[in-house]
Amino acid sequence: MAERHIGKQTVIFKNPPSIKATASIVGPKEGKGALRQSFDYIIPDELWGEDSWEKAESKLVRETLSKVLQKGSLSNDQIEYVLGGDLLNQCIAANYGLRETDIPFFGLYGACSTMAESMSLGSMLIDGGYADNVVCMTSSHFCSAERQFRYPLELGSQRAPTSQWTVTGSGAALLTSDQTGPYIRYVTTGKINDMGISDVNNMGAAMAPAAADTILTHFADTGLTPDYYDLIVTGDLGKVGKKICLDLLNMNGIDLENRFNDCGVMIFNTKDQDTHSGGSGCGCSATVFAGHLYKEMMKGNLKRVLFVATGALMSPISTQQKESIPGIAHAVSIHRSLD
Amino acid sequence: MSYINAFLVGGIICAIGQVLIDKTKLTPARILVVFVVAGVLLTAFGVYQKLVDFAGAGATVPLTGFGYTLAKGAFREVEQTGLMGALTGGFKAAAAGLGAAIFFGYIMSVVSKPKAKR
Repeated sequence: MAERHIGKQTVIFKNPPSIKATASIVGPKEGKGALRQSFDYIIPDELWGEDSWEKAESKLVRETLSKVLQKGSLSNDQIEYVLGGDLLNQCIAANYGLRETDIPFFGLYGACSTMAESMSLGSMLIDGGYADNVVCMTSSHFCSAERQFRYPLELGSQRAPTSQWTVTGSGAALLTSDQTGPYIRYVTTGKINDMGISDVNNMGAAMAPAAADTILTHFADTGLTPDYYDLIVTGDLGKVGKKICLDLLNMNGIDLENRFNDCGVMIFNTKDQDTHSGGSGCGCSATVFAGHLYKEMMKGNLKRVLFVATGALMSPISTQQKESIPGIAHAVSIHRSLD
Repeated sequence: MSYINAFLVGGIICAIGQVLIDKTKLTPARILVVFVVAGVLLTAFGVYQKLVDFAGAGATVPLTGFGYTLAKGAFREVEQTGLMGALTGGFKAAAAGLGAAIFFGYIMSVVSKPKAKR
């Protein structure tokens, strides 16, 4: 009998792991956005001295890992596992970025939900006694993601009004068994949820039902109510998806209006920066969490946060074959202290 | 006057493309194909030639003008060499444009570096 599994999809930790440190490195556009103060480093240009976008993304991963280890005062050989992934085919940003680290590695793909996926699994490894120090991280890069999922930038094609802007950046969280806090208390793992949206320029709408489902399930499984949290924050629904998610929750009798936000909406200045519907990509929720949210928790401005990273699980092939877009969302419940 | 005509007709053609991007779910690649095919059909029915006479480069420079070139080339070649010209004429007429696009595209890719959108 799995004593730490509660309800349908939720895990409660006996020895809640702590998030000892976080690190975030972002691109120049994100560095002009609304959260620019909260990132550790803003790269001067998207290539960052490399000769391809993909190499630049791997460098983001590599440098973010060393930053988080430096901030947590740990060395590579004290880390039992790195859990991470990105948006590129076969997760090459992580594979190449972590090639020289000498740390055991689990590569993950949850599209833009990967940050919450890696933190979920990392927490289970620590609470289960399989590791003391785990790094959970993801990255995305606007230019490599455009080539992967849409068109190479060289084609110069126009963007649709509902499309989102893939965040250039990498975020990492160092999870430990130390009792320092902030703690990861619960994890609610999402199901694949496909409502038949097939427009790749409208991924927010495709992911919103998954986010709403995971949030509702989290409350049902734990018996908690929305006012338990200071903030419930989704990954990258963008403006369009955020509204759909709020509407879906309202229809189920949950009103989150003033304690709900979305990393994709938060990261850019929606007025001055022409990002259409907002930010997206695994780097979006990762850098907003590792930069802004973690710092707000350490300052005490946020005591309990439900971090719900959302992913659109399509590929360029499934899009060409006119498949609809399956969505997923994983929730991680983070607490400043254990009271 | 011919500048104004070119400006208006070219602008309207491009505005149609913008409306298609904003209001439909057509991908950019499909819109390009729609424009070329529209240029071919309008030329075949004799409409596009009138537009070219009226607006000059305003009608030949947008992508519909490429369809116009293909169709016109096919017609001319059929008159000169017979029915096989329907297959060869379009390519012959467009050869200079395509060759230039490949040649200069290659040169530009060698001398320049890609940059991110801002």
